[in-house]
Amino acid sequence: MMKKHKNWQRWVTSAALALGLSTGAMAEDPMKVGFVYVGPVGDYGWSYEHDRGRMEAQKFFGDKIETTFVEKVPEGADAERVIRQMAQSGHDLIFTTSFGFMNPTEKVAKRFPKVFFEHATGYKRAKNLSTYVLRTYEGRYVSGIAAGMMTKTNTIGYIASFPIPEVIRDINSVYMAAKSVNPDVKIKIMWVSTWYDPVKESEAANALIDQGVDVLIQHTDSPAPLMAAEKRGVKAIGQASDMSKFAPNAHMFSIRDDWAPHYIKTIQEIMDGTWKPEDFWGGFAEDMLVVASVNDNLPADVKTAVTKAHDDIKSGKLKPFTGPMKSNEGKLVIEAGHTLTDEELAGVNWFIEGIDATIPK
Amino acid sequence: MLKLEKRQADSRLMSYVSPLIAIVLTLLAGALLFSVLGHDPLHALYTFFISPLTNAYGWTELGIKVAPLLLCAMGLTLCYRAKIWNIGAEGQFIMGALGGSMAALQFLDAESRWVLVPILISGSISGLLWGALAAWLKTRFNANEILTTIMLNYIALNALLYAVHGPLRDPAGFNFPESAMFADAALLPLFSDDYRLNISILFALFFTVVIWTVMARSWVGYQIQVLGEDAKAARYAGFNTNRLTWFALLVCGALAGLAGVAEVTGPIGQLIPHVSPGYGYAAIIVVFLGRMQPFGILLASMLLALTFMGGEMVQIEMSLPKSLTGLFQGMLLFFLLAADLLISYRIVFQPRTARA
Repeated sequence: MMKKHKNWQRWVTSAALALGLSTGAMAEDPMKVGFVYVGPVGDYGWSYEHDRGRMEAQKFFGDKIETTFVEKVPEGADAERVIRQMAQSGHDLIFTTSFGFMNPTEKVAKRFPKVFFEHATGYKRAKNLSTYVLRTYEGRYVSGIAAGMMTKTNTIGYIASFPIPEVIRDINSVYMAAKSVNPDVKIKIMWVSTWYDPVKESEAANALIDQGVDVLIQHTDSPAPLMAAEKRGVKAIGQASDMSKFAPNAHMFSIRDDWAPHYIKTIQEIMDGTWKPEDFWGGFAEDMLVVASVNDNLPADVKTAVTKAHDDIKSGKLKPFTGPMKSNEGKLVIEAGHTLTDEELAGVNWFIEGIDATIPK
Repeated sequence: MLKLEKRQADSRLMSYVSPLIAIVLTLLAGALLFSVLGHDPLHALYTFFISPLTNAYGWTELGIKVAPLLLCAMGLTLCYRAKIWNIGAEGQFIMGALGGSMAALQFLDAESRWVLVPILISGSISGLLWGALAAWLKTRFNANEILTTIMLNYIALNALLYAVHGPLRDPAGFNFPESAMFADAALLPLFSDDYRLNISILFALFFTVVIWTVMARSWVGYQIQVLGEDAKAARYAGFNTNRLTWFALLVCGALAGLAGVAEVTGPIGQLIPHVSPGYGYAAIIVVFLGRMQPFGILLASMLLALTFMGGEMVQIEMSLPKSLTGLFQGMLLFFLLAADLLISYRIVFQPRTARA
């Protein structure tokens, strides 16, 4: 009889779930946290790092939470169904980790007001929808210091994905840092219109090297540019995850993303009932960006300069986007003494003075 | 001892039973696979094939995926019946989405539902023109349509990427590669605010009936049948084969284009770089699995739509990898091709005879 009763209960619960009536978990149930990835978890880049963050959060909270993920979700009409299915199947908190999930996440968040949503890299927020993003420009600044010191041809190459503010901002950051240690430095930018395409990235890397570039920085996710650098005997910096093993000599260091601190903090806030919608930015200070696997073959002064730039940004002593700063069209874009706010950083659409390029329209 | 023996005539019965054999074998192989992965096979199959459809929401989502598959598949059926091997539904779909979006972006402040008419028409015409290119290349230069349509797919994709990264980009969207959201009036009406299912499923069912009537009852349909069975006979009978080629490719282009514009004015609501998860290609499987018959195609498009949704469910519920979707689609095709052997051949049991 006991068993029957339980069965009956389960039916009612699943029926309620199916109707979308029950969203909050009961007190003794573990909190359910869902993750939606654009790539495969084995991409060794963007989605891989998000999944590492998930696993660390799972380890941290143990059986107090239950995590699930869906990988390779296309950024089209299917995304909304996946997110909605997660909301419907009793998840309390859902992280959607690619820009293309912005509108689907917003639509589902509106429909499930009791479920909490966090969307990476977007700009739409709501009562139950936050955004979170990395201060990648901090990592680029450190990369720029190393690149400026290491280049012998005074030419840095930048493999860029799309002309969105994050990428424009980071190109500026690399250039201003490189220029601070090497006044003659130039930067060459190649747009590849993709986040992940080893063939295109490799072609871009080789084209830049052909033009005299001897340090490569990439704003794309595959290790192909590092492998090209290794082959051609130039230097490069890893992106998103630790890419040292792909280029033992060329690899200077990687700027690794670490999402775990944010995932742990957010889950804790939901448990405590202190979560508020916000636009969260994490960088060195939050341990969400890490300078990983510094190569032993770097000269000592470069290593010291890298550590110093990292420490100064982490402590807040150095804020890269501080005025006065002019755009390469001669306009004053940051007033003297002013540091760009997060909101202003999110809208950067100019190259700073000295960058010989225009933003593709 | 088992032996394959050629049948005197193709078995009509077998051509209908073969997809069923394929499905059963796929399920058995799937069950085996799940148990090797350490899961209860019945529970896993339930999660994959049944649980997505245990509520009204699941059925409406199935409808959203069936509509574009069905529209593309019916257009392709017309071509394949004439043995015009059009692989270009994907490109025609994309051009439909692009052309429809260009129209929809002219009506961002629209409040009247009537704006949908020019939007849908410009989407269908864009698809039709893309089909026309293939028809022109085939009839004018006798270019192989398999090659030209595949190449046109890539050109369409790059046209879409150019548009969404350039001229059609949302001016207020921080340079992210997507268009502005369309006006509410420019979106296809929903059956209910609780679901995403829109009237595109009605278009799909309507055109399924239309295409079928054309095939089965009209003079053009008859000519297409003859062209497919025997091109020489068709020419001998005085049929204008060029005109038939144009007809099949234009209709297919228009239907795939309609599917494309219905996708951007339906569940997506804007132009984005990934408008199609490969509907134009999946529709080819649908046509063959459905035996080029309207009812069969309807069932096949539902089955294929279900494999997409089931793959998501086993990920969420059982943490199984996404590749299962592709694996199930692949097994289905594999077993279908194997079972199709039985249409022209039969298995006979031959007792071992003593040597004379």
